Amino acid sequence: MTIAARNLSIGYRDRLVGSGLWVLLREGESLALLGPNGGGKTTLLKTMLGLLPPRGGEVTLNGKPLDAFSVRERARLIGYVPQVHTGTFAFTVETVVLMGRTAYGSLFARPGKNDVAIAHATLERLGISHLADRAYTEISGGERQLVLLARALAQEPRYVVLDEPTASLDFGNQGKVMREIERLAGAGLGVLFTTHDPNHALRAAHRACLLRAGTIVAEGKTSHVLTRDNLEALYDAAVVPVEDPARIAFLPG
Amino acid sequence: MKRSAFSGLIVALALLAAGFAFAFLVGRFPVLLGDVFAVLWSKVSGAPSGVSSATETVILQVRGPRVLAAFFVGAALSVAGAAFQGLFRNPLVSPDILGASSGAALGAVLGIYFSLGVVAIQGFAFLGGLVAVTMVYGIGSSLRIRDPILVLVLAGVVIGALLGSGVGLIKYLADPYNQLPAITFWLLGSLAATSAADLVSLISLIAAGTFVLLLLRHRMNVMSLPEEEARALGIATGPMRIAIVAAATLVTSASVAAAGIIGWVGLVVPHIARSLTGPDFAKLLPVSALLGGSFLLFIDTIARTAAQIEIPLGVLTAFIGTPFFIWLLASMQKNWS
Repeated sequence: MTIAARNLSIGYRDRLVGSGLWVLLREGESLALLGPNGGGKTTLLKTMLGLLPPRGGEVTLNGKPLDAFSVRERARLIGYVPQVHTGTFAFTVETVVLMGRTAYGSLFARPGKNDVAIAHATLERLGISHLADRAYTEISGGERQLVLLARALAQEPRYVVLDEPTASLDFGNQGKVMREIERLAGAGLGVLFTTHDPNHALRAAHRACLLRAGTIVAEGKTSHVLTRDNLEALYDAAVVPVEDPARIAFLPG
Repeated sequence: MKRSAFSGLIVALALLAAGFAFAFLVGRFPVLLGDVFAVLWSKVSGAPSGVSSATETVILQVRGPRVLAAFFVGAALSVAGAAFQGLFRNPLVSPDILGASSGAALGAVLGIYFSLGVVAIQGFAFLGGLVAVTMVYGIGSSLRIRDPILVLVLAGVVIGALLGSGVGLIKYLADPYNQLPAITFWLLGSLAATSAADLVSLISLIAAGTFVLLLLRHRMNVMSLPEEEARALGIATGPMRIAIVAAATLVTSASVAAAGIIGWVGLVVPHIARSLTGPDFAKLLPVSALLGGSFLLFIDTIARTAAQIEIPLGVLTAFIGTPFFIWLLASMQKNWS
C-alpha cells in the first residue's frame, strides 16, 4: 500500500513551483524530504495530502487517484502534522487530540467513549498524559508539536505526514520526535516528513528525497543519497562530514 | 487553566433567572414575583390566577412578549457571535463587524420601504445579511495581506459603511411622516413594538438556526483550526462553512428584522462566555445563548424604565461595547482564551 506522486506538477493558481515529481511512500517506511527554503517541500507535501490540487500528473493513494476518496476517507488513512502553531483559542489538549477522531463520527456526532479512550491512549503513548487538561495555547512549543502528533495518531491512519516536525523544538525534544518517527515506521505506518537537518533524516528515515527548485535531484536509500557531494549541491554550501566507524553526521561548513 | 463547564452553566442560569425577574417586575406598573408565577401557572393549569386583570394584562400582553423577544434576540446575537468568532478564527469579529447586521438592516429597511409583510421583511433581512457576510469574507480572503484578521475587520467596516449609505438613501426616499420615524427608531434597536405575531417568526427562525449550530458544535471546534488542518481531519470545509455562516446569519437577520441593530452583544457576550467555559463549542454555545438572553433582558428593562422616554437598545449596548472593544484591542498581545 502506497501514497505515490506520479509525474506530479505542484504550485498555486498563479505560480508553478515544481514539475515532473515522482515520489513513493510505502507503509512501514519513512521518507525524509530535504531541500533549501523555497524549493517546494511544503507545497509537495500539501499536494500529496490533497490540500492543494495538482497542477499536473496525479497523486494516488493505495493505487487509486486521491480524488476518488472523500475528505473523510482520506482522513482515516493519512494523518497530517502541520508546522507547530500557537492556536487562536485555548482548547484543552484533550479536546485538540479528540479532534483527530472527527473522521470517525457522523456529522452531528459527539466524541464517544471509544474516541476518548483512543485519545488518552495516544497521549499516553507519547508520554504527555499529564497535559490532557492544560490549554493548548499555554504549553511549550515542543509539547504542542507532540500534541499535534497525538492528534494525527488519533486518526488511526496508515500514513503520517509531518511538516518540519523538529523546526521549533529544543535539542531534547528534537530527539524525542525523531524517536517517535522511527517507532511509527517500525509499527508499520508510512511516514513522510520534511526537515532542514540531514542528520535527522540519517537517523529516522529509510529513504530520502532531495528537492531543489521544484525538481528532485536525488532519491533513494538514505545512506546512498545523503552524501557530502549531494548535500553541497543541494544547499549550494560547504558541508563537513564527521565520521566514526558506526555512523556519519554532517555539519554546515 | 481548567474551567468547569458546570459552574459556567450555573452562573448563566442564575443570571437568566435574575434577568427574567428583573424584566417582569421592574416598570411603571408594579408587579410582584408571586403575581408572575400565579399568572403563568393559571395559563398552564387553566385555573383562575387570582391576580387583578390589569396585572394579568401587563404580565401577558405588555411585558411577556417583550421579555421573550429580549431573551431570544440576545441569545441569537450571542450564539451568532460565538459561531462567527470561531469560524473566522478571530475573537474580534461579531455579526455587526462582519456586516451581517447592516446587510440584514438594509434588507429589512427595503422591506419596510416597499410596505411588505413580516415574512417578506424577514426574508429580505436574511438575504441582505448573507450577501454582506459573503462580500466581507470574499474581500478578506482574496486580498493576500499579511494580517488577515485586520483585512477582515477593515472589509467589514467598509462594507458596513456602504450598506449604511444604502440605508441612508432609503431613509431619504422614505415617506417622512409614516415610514421615516419607524425606520429610524427601529434601526437604533427597540423591542417596544414587538407583537405576539412577530414573536412566532422571530422565535422559530432563531430556534432553527441555533439548533443547527448546536448540532454542529463539535465540527465547529475543528472549523476553528486553520482550514487545511480541518480538511486533513476529515471535514469538507467548503459546505461546512456555508452551513455555519447561513445558520449564524439566519439568527442574526431574524433578530435584526424584529429589533433593529443592537450592536456589541455578539462581540461581548461570547468573550464572557468563553472565559467561563473555555472555547469548546459544546459548552460555549449554550452558555453564550443563556448569558446573551439575560444580558438583553437587563438592557431592555433599563431601556424602557431608566428615562421618561425609551432609550434605544443600540445606544445602551454601545456604551458597554465600545470600552470593551478597546480593552480587547489593548489585551490583544496576550493569548485569546
